[in-house]
Amino acid sequence: MSLLSHPARVALIAGSVGLALVAGGCGSSEPTSTAGGDGGTSAECAPYAEYGKHEGKKVSIYSPIRDVEADLFQQTWAPFEKCTGMKINYEGTGEFEAQIQVRADGGNPPDIAFFPQPGLLERFAKAGKLKPASAKVKELADKNWSADWTKYSTIDDVFYGAPLGASVKSFVWYSPSMFKERGWAIPKTWDELMTLSETIAAGGVKPWCAGIESGDATGWPATDWIEDVLLREIGPEGYDEWVGHKLAFNDPKVVAAVDKVGAILKNDKFVNGGYGPVKSIASTAFQEGGVPITAGKCALHRQASFYANFWPEGTKVAEDGDVFAFYLPGNDPAKKPVLGAGEFVAAFADRPEVQAVQAYLATADYANARMKLGTYVSANKGVDIANAQNPIDKLSIEMLQDPNTVFRFDGSDLMPAAVGAGTFWKGMTDWINGKDTKTVLDFIENSWPKS
Amino acid sequence: MTTVSSTVTVTQSGARGAAQRVRQSLTSRTAGIVAIVIALLWTTPTFGLFLSSLRPEDQIKTTGWWTFFADPQLTLENYRQVLFSTSSSSGQMASFLINSIVITIPSVLFPLAFAAFAAYALAWVPFRGRNLIYIGIFALQVVPLQMALVPLLSFFSEGVSVFGTQIMPAWELEGASRFAQVWFAHTCFALPLGVFLLHNFMSELPGELIEAARVDGATHGVIFRRLILPLVAPALAAFGIFQFLWVWNDLLVGLIFAGGTAETAPMTVRLAQMAGTKGNEWQRLTAGAFVSVIVPLIVFLSMQRYFVRGLLAGSVKG
Repeated sequence: MSLLSHPARVALIAGSVGLALVAGGCGSSEPTSTAGGDGGTSAECAPYAEYGKHEGKKVSIYSPIRDVEADLFQQTWAPFEKCTGMKINYEGTGEFEAQIQVRADGGNPPDIAFFPQPGLLERFAKAGKLKPASAKVKELADKNWSADWTKYSTIDDVFYGAPLGASVKSFVWYSPSMFKERGWAIPKTWDELMTLSETIAAGGVKPWCAGIESGDATGWPATDWIEDVLLREIGPEGYDEWVGHKLAFNDPKVVAAVDKVGAILKNDKFVNGGYGPVKSIASTAFQEGGVPITAGKCALHRQASFYANFWPEGTKVAEDGDVFAFYLPGNDPAKKPVLGAGEFVAAFADRPEVQAVQAYLATADYANARMKLGTYVSANKGVDIANAQNPIDKLSIEMLQDPNTVFRFDGSDLMPAAVGAGTFWKGMTDWINGKDTKTVLDFIENSWPKS
Repeated sequence: MTTVSSTVTVTQSGARGAAQRVRQSLTSRTAGIVAIVIALLWTTPTFGLFLSSLRPEDQIKTTGWWTFFADPQLTLENYRQVLFSTSSSSGQMASFLINSIVITIPSVLFPLAFAAFAAYALAWVPFRGRNLIYIGIFALQVVPLQMALVPLLSFFSEGVSVFGTQIMPAWELEGASRFAQVWFAHTCFALPLGVFLLHNFMSELPGELIEAARVDGATHGVIFRRLILPLVAPALAAFGIFQFLWVWNDLLVGLIFAGGTAETAPMTVRLAQMAGTKGNEWQRLTAGAFVSVIVPLIVFLSMQRYFVRGLLAGSVKG
């Protein structure tokens, strides 16, 4: 009763109504403050002269990368901003995939987006939302990246943007000290890997540990496993066919590859070191999947290079340290296909300042500057390996720069989202939980969008 | 006749007796104990979260909060990171807290004001078709707000055009003025429920009161201000609290209309970003959750008597 008895409170409400009318009626924008770029000294800015002056211009970047990595991005391009006079508004989000769609549909897209999924980029390109990259960006990308990379952002012969960062997924993490102590050698072929697993298991340690729990993306680490082995079994061309659904998901060749993974992941003798039986894989967070290695309860863990960030505080990641990684071997040691992932810099606008940012991000200068600041891997051929901040980055870059390396992108990021970010994840989780290979692959095959 | 009335009284007293028994059994000692047990059970997760927020990172990540009792280790490091870290994508909760307040207060006051006016007009100003309008507003509650996100966003960024003719220009807001978009969106989404609640409450008021006021020469404005507003204050407070909690905890609308930068984004957006790109910094979430829960807690505790009273608004007479 007493809450609103006083006339002053009525005035408050009346006032707020007035405010509402003002806010709703005239939505004019405030005068924008000019970005603080007064040039800087000419020597400092010489490398950026080619990008021109864009005094007071703003470029917005939308990306799934956040936290420390995002800070390092911003530090890297700070001199570029200062010298060109533009302001880059960086926004990292955990809901990139859903939000970018809403923003683009709502007519409010960012200028530039870092797409971690070429499949998503392709969808926007086909919808006509993306602007083709400038000739300069294309030239830089062709110079700095192999065709294995640039083909992922080339849709219907139009090039949309250069790659940015990269991560290598074909790694098996192990403990160098443990291997040395027990006299185990790093396997060079798949058969050696299986023999090693037998040896370790015979010694009373479960050789493998894994975790595929990842909230609503549960299952993705298992899909990486399958892709990695499939890439070795049916070769890069076969892999491309499978990704493009020219090879059915339940094809006998795929079944064979999945069963090959099953010989490890669904073998109670081999998993799940430090956690329990096979089914514990499904309930173990992927961040925790390899941690038992540091406690000597598990010997091997297949996970991407970025897993270096997940080891407990104080773990030394190096060839002579507590943990390190080796290349997941295939049947033929001469062939080294690499499964990986990365981001692509695509633009929704073609203003000159936006194209300048795209061009700058495609240079080797950018990649080197970024690497000097902290852990970073790029497939950019101009990257100087001496700038790598840690041994695992170094190993990754060596693998990516090796001209004999055949690179393939993580397949689930290329497939239609209904499969690549849906039934494939779910199917693999069911598979770990006991469903047989054929049933699971039939289920995924049937879920592939028609038309 | 006598038999009939006596059975009626019997059933009535029987019903009264049942109510009595229910009341008695609810005030007994066992009921009290059960209530305490339930309260404890319900508070345990919150308590665990709170304890977690004070534990060091490696402890949070390796053991459950209950191990605290065996191995007590406390730190304010999580809160320091969350509140004062200068990284552009983690911490800085303090400035996002301000954003949340700037978003929430107008987003509560606007719908409150509009809904009160609309509810008064629909309840006490006789005009043709007002029932239809009322049913229409009521029906709008069924529309999920997710459906309106894209159209509303394009309304802001492209304006409205019909067959190529621009009817309303784009808002083209940048920087801090994007708050207006969020206020607008929250106001739109809150109005159907607000009008419905307040209308129900207002139409329960005795008509004689309003007639008497009109006989004395009061205009609608005076009736609304002097008579209606004081009488529906509990309902206003209840709806205000509902709206406050909804806006404060909202992630979706904030994310889409305010963006994710420190300039305009509410705290919930920051909370969602805080765990790091690959979710490896989730120890910050516990502390972040507690920072964000403090303000609603204060609001709820200081206004809970209106809350309980207003909960019954429109549902029961008297």
